[in-house]
Amino acid sequence: MLNEALVWAIFLLPVASFLVIGAVIRPLGPSVAKLAGYLTIAALGVGFVLSLWLLQSSAHAVVYEFAPHLWLDLAPGAAVQMGLLIDPLTNVMLVVVTGVSLMVQIYSLGYMDGDESFARYYAYMSLFSASMIGLVLASNIVQMYVFWELVGLSSYLLIGFWHNRPSAAAAAKKAFIITRIGDVGFLLAIIYLFFHADDFAVHGLNALHIPDIWAAAAPIAAGGAGIVAGGALLWLCLGLFAGAAGKSGQFPLHTWLPDAMEGPTPVSALIHAATMVAAGVFLVGRFFPVFSESEGAMMVVALIGAFTAVFAATMGLAANDIKRVMAYSTVSQLGYMMAALGIGAYNAALFHLFTHAFFKALLFLGAGSVNHAAGTFNMMYMGGLRKAMPFTYWLTVIGALSLVGIFPLAGFWSKDEILLEAWLGTGAVETSVSLLVFILLLVGVLMTAFYSFRMVHLTFHGEFRGGGEQELHDCEEVGQPAPTGVSHHVHLGESPWVMVLPMGFLGISAVIAGWIANPIGVKSVFGLIPSHWLTEYFASGLHNGHHAPPFSIEMAIISNVVALVGIGLAVLTYAWPRPFTNADPLTKGGPVHTVLAQRYYLDHLYEGLIVGRLFYRLVAAITDWVDRNIVDGIVGLVGWISRNIGSLIALAQNGQVQTYPLVAAAGGVVIIVLYLILG
Amino acid sequence: MLSGFNGLLTATVFLPAVAALVLATGVARTDRAVRWIAGAVALADLALSVVVFVMFRPGGDRFQLIDRIDWIDTGTVQASYLLGVDGISAPLVMLTGLLGLCAVFVSFHINTRVKEYFVWLFVLQTAVMGVFTSLDFLLFFLFWEVELVPMYLLISTWGTGRREYSAMKFLMFTILGSAFMLVAIVAVFVSSGVGSFDMTRLLEPAGALDASRAALPMGVLFWLFFVAFAVKLPTWPVHTWLPDAHTDAPTAGSVMLAGVMLKMGGYGLLRVNAGMFPEQLHTYALPIVILGVVSVLYGAVVTLRQTDLKRLIAYSSVSHMGLVLLGIGSVAAASGALTDAGLTGAAMQLFTHGTITGLLFVAVGILYEKTHTRYIPDLGGLANRMPLVAGAFLVAGAASLGLPAMSGFVSELLVFFGGFRAFPVLTILAVLGIILAAAYILWMIQRTMFGPRPARWDNLTDASPVEMVPLALLVISIFVVGIYPAWLTDVFRDGLEPIIHGYNVGVAGATN
Repeated sequence: MLNEALVWAIFLLPVASFLVIGAVIRPLGPSVAKLAGYLTIAALGVGFVLSLWLLQSSAHAVVYEFAPHLWLDLAPGAAVQMGLLIDPLTNVMLVVVTGVSLMVQIYSLGYMDGDESFARYYAYMSLFSASMIGLVLASNIVQMYVFWELVGLSSYLLIGFWHNRPSAAAAAKKAFIITRIGDVGFLLAIIYLFFHADDFAVHGLNALHIPDIWAAAAPIAAGGAGIVAGGALLWLCLGLFAGAAGKSGQFPLHTWLPDAMEGPTPVSALIHAATMVAAGVFLVGRFFPVFSESEGAMMVVALIGAFTAVFAATMGLAANDIKRVMAYSTVSQLGYMMAALGIGAYNAALFHLFTHAFFKALLFLGAGSVNHAAGTFNMMYMGGLRKAMPFTYWLTVIGALSLVGIFPLAGFWSKDEILLEAWLGTGAVETSVSLLVFILLLVGVLMTAFYSFRMVHLTFHGEFRGGGEQELHDCEEVGQPAPTGVSHHVHLGESPWVMVLPMGFLGISAVIAGWIANPIGVKSVFGLIPSHWLTEYFASGLHNGHHAPPFSIEMAIISNVVALVGIGLAVLTYAWPRPFTNADPLTKGGPVHTVLAQRYYLDHLYEGLIVGRLFYRLVAAITDWVDRNIVDGIVGLVGWISRNIGSLIALAQNGQVQTYPLVAAAGGVVIIVLYLILG
Repeated sequence: MLSGFNGLLTATVFLPAVAALVLATGVARTDRAVRWIAGAVALADLALSVVVFVMFRPGGDRFQLIDRIDWIDTGTVQASYLLGVDGISAPLVMLTGLLGLCAVFVSFHINTRVKEYFVWLFVLQTAVMGVFTSLDFLLFFLFWEVELVPMYLLISTWGTGRREYSAMKFLMFTILGSAFMLVAIVAVFVSSGVGSFDMTRLLEPAGALDASRAALPMGVLFWLFFVAFAVKLPTWPVHTWLPDAHTDAPTAGSVMLAGVMLKMGGYGLLRVNAGMFPEQLHTYALPIVILGVVSVLYGAVVTLRQTDLKRLIAYSSVSHMGLVLLGIGSVAAASGALTDAGLTGAAMQLFTHGTITGLLFVAVGILYEKTHTRYIPDLGGLANRMPLVAGAFLVAGAASLGLPAMSGFVSELLVFFGGFRAFPVLTILAVLGIILAAAYILWMIQRTMFGPRPARWDNLTDASPVEMVPLALLVISIFVVGIYPAWLTDVFRDGLEPIIHGYNVGVAGATN
């Protein structure tokens, strides 16, 4: 039924396109650079079709594996293998990754048109897509870690794509290092599993094979191996979660994601909104059978997620850069997913991951389209773009409504399911915890609505405020360097069809991606989509999957009312009765606004105080001083010894070092002979 | 007793020395001819070393490709010319061949005393290969000492900066270490009771060291050897010769120094300390691992403060070589069945660090040739002017910080796997080093390759075809090991298996 080679092809096609672009197209120069784009698009197009085929043909085989290929045999009970783990989670992720990637690559043909490094851009994009697909398919935890790091590398390369800009180069480094702090946790979790290889071997399991890890965490009473339990299990989960938190920008490792907006906007859409940042959620989802055995771990995930959802949203309120608003929104939405996983709502979390990928990619591509026209990302210099770019306007509004969670758009269904699960509780954590999560997430809805429509108003409504040209002028006046992405090219008008069309597809998805799941639970839509299809499908991948609760009209009303209040507040602040001119009313918030606009001073704390002062100027400086002045003092000692037996070593200092080893060797022989004679 | 004369190893080891002799006679009239002869010889020796690696059959005899000529045989004292390779040394011979070729190709720009330069480079290559292939302690020591001469001269004659000081410092440290080793070798010879310097017999259980006959306590012997090898590795706190030697050495000197000469220390630890003193290694694993972890973290922290590219890479080597000690110390695993993960990781680290750091030094060498500075604040934005060098730099950097699909990841992972079983807390500390590694590597890349470019670098050119040879070879070797490491780990494990076995016998015998 399933053909292994075809599944591998989903991964290998972008690998091939990466290699061909790097080895052939790029060296041939800019005249053929366009081919790089077409090749990437072709590879991902075929990959998308194959992913749909895989989803369709493995819809009933719950967890399917081909015999893995040995990569490195370490010990009994621990082998690194390269394999394919095909389950509902993998299948849906594949469709999301290849689908969104395909749209973004098409859009990039227009957005990156004329860039001198066009081929390099597509090479990196192919590398990213391949790594992300490899991550999703992995059946071995080391294999997963390999691709986990490779998506990190691609992200580094793409954030720093315009590496002549110091801010881009710095943001790329920051992203890599902060995610790597989390990765240490992931790596330690893997090392810890290897530690137990003998115990796995006793049960005929492989400590690095993901389904075997699930089995190892399940208690013996439930038919599992019960190898890791109690405190050890908690630490294992926390290690994995540290990796997930780094990748998914969860507090306190979120600071890299807003800076990552230095990359080209399609990169932000694909990597820093739709797919790679969701890899953290994917990781927790992948090991959900392990997490769900540890209530402590679940609680940590739930509370960090819910806190991040609100915390990031507050910073989104005060940001003026349209991409940064979206970045905080992404952090916040990833918080929703994490919180959902933490309270045990596995299928709702992944449902939200699914819908979020579409509407958030759409919003980013919209921001890119706006930048194309206005020459800036600063919303204070936009305004009135509605008339100039109607498609972008309406698609952005659809994306924003979907993000806010207005009935009947995609985001509504998935977010509502999370809220409902939090309200009802799943038994995975204490009711008090899930209720706290519920309250935080509901507050988050209000803020989401406000910042989203603040963005819509500032960008599209009112009067145009001069765009990049004006901003450059203002920067010059106060003598500041212009921020990234600001240019004189202001040409108010709709973006080319090659950019609008992919946005259109994502816009359609942002509307219908919720309905695909049949969330109301009617028996079947047109005889095609069974009741709660998607969530049931996710649940079928788990050993004891949790069923989605029935649709609740009360919850829908509550969440929509809260969202509408948020939108209303945004309208009152920025559009009616007094239209926005050029001073943000929020600045009247005084110190509160300053704290939010300064991102709670966390960047200052991390980079300025901890890394800069404490570590670099204190710890590292002292160590370096000790090395040069004290440890190296041994040299003085060695020198002193050599001077005092200088007559012997004088030979060496006369430049006849050649003689020394011979003398030394001869000396050795003499010693032996003497010993033999005398001994 | 091993006997026979295969000839392949002798040819591989001495081809560079013969070439050195021929060059010294002055047959090549022009510098250009000298360079191309050197290139051809290095290529031929790489080919031979690859043949050695391929001919070595894991699962066969422990030592293969034996070349033996008896040398001193008084009945009570036997010393012989004895070459052979096992799974540990066969890959290191290939590594030496590879880096030898790279060293020659990055030296084409040398204009002063060209003939002498290549003569010493070739002598160096023979000496290093001799260390890796000698199975007779006396011969081993001889090669170990011979290697000092060319390196000293390469630094002091063709180096930069405080080159005499650095060359002498290098010499002093190594000689001090060698003195310890010489005493130890003599004592081992006396203690063994086989009347022979044959290392293979000392490694066998029957010829194993007998504490009752020992001229010095076994623990003392162990530490004497350890000091000699630790200086070479180098480990904290005897590492300070390395940054100076690297900074002032010519590019080829740095490549050989970091690429293969540090590996002599690691090789000695595996061959002698781990191979002949299993009980002592078990006893002293903790202090060794502590030294390793201190080297990892201390080296990384000091690396962060460096502003000279070569010094920076040199300190990162101290950090990376600390992992070798962690891997070796991990055979003291207290719980569960003994695995070879840590030892294999240590051996792999020798190989992978050789190629990665070799590549870093080649790239920096090319950079320095064109800019005449290694001072990081002077550089910046070079990626657009020299995309090939920048690409190689990026690959080497990524591999150095342990990115998967590149070779460094495999060795680090294995070391951590092995280390955690024996010393979980210390290993966790060492794992934290990967954050620091990411920081100093990315900081270095950002400040040299990215950002705005000072106007004076506007006319820089990329690597020439000759310079591309080492860049390409090393990049390929990094990926070939990283993407499918088993071809290499299998060979190393074949060589390490008897050590693990000896460890089981030795320690089990002692505790029973």
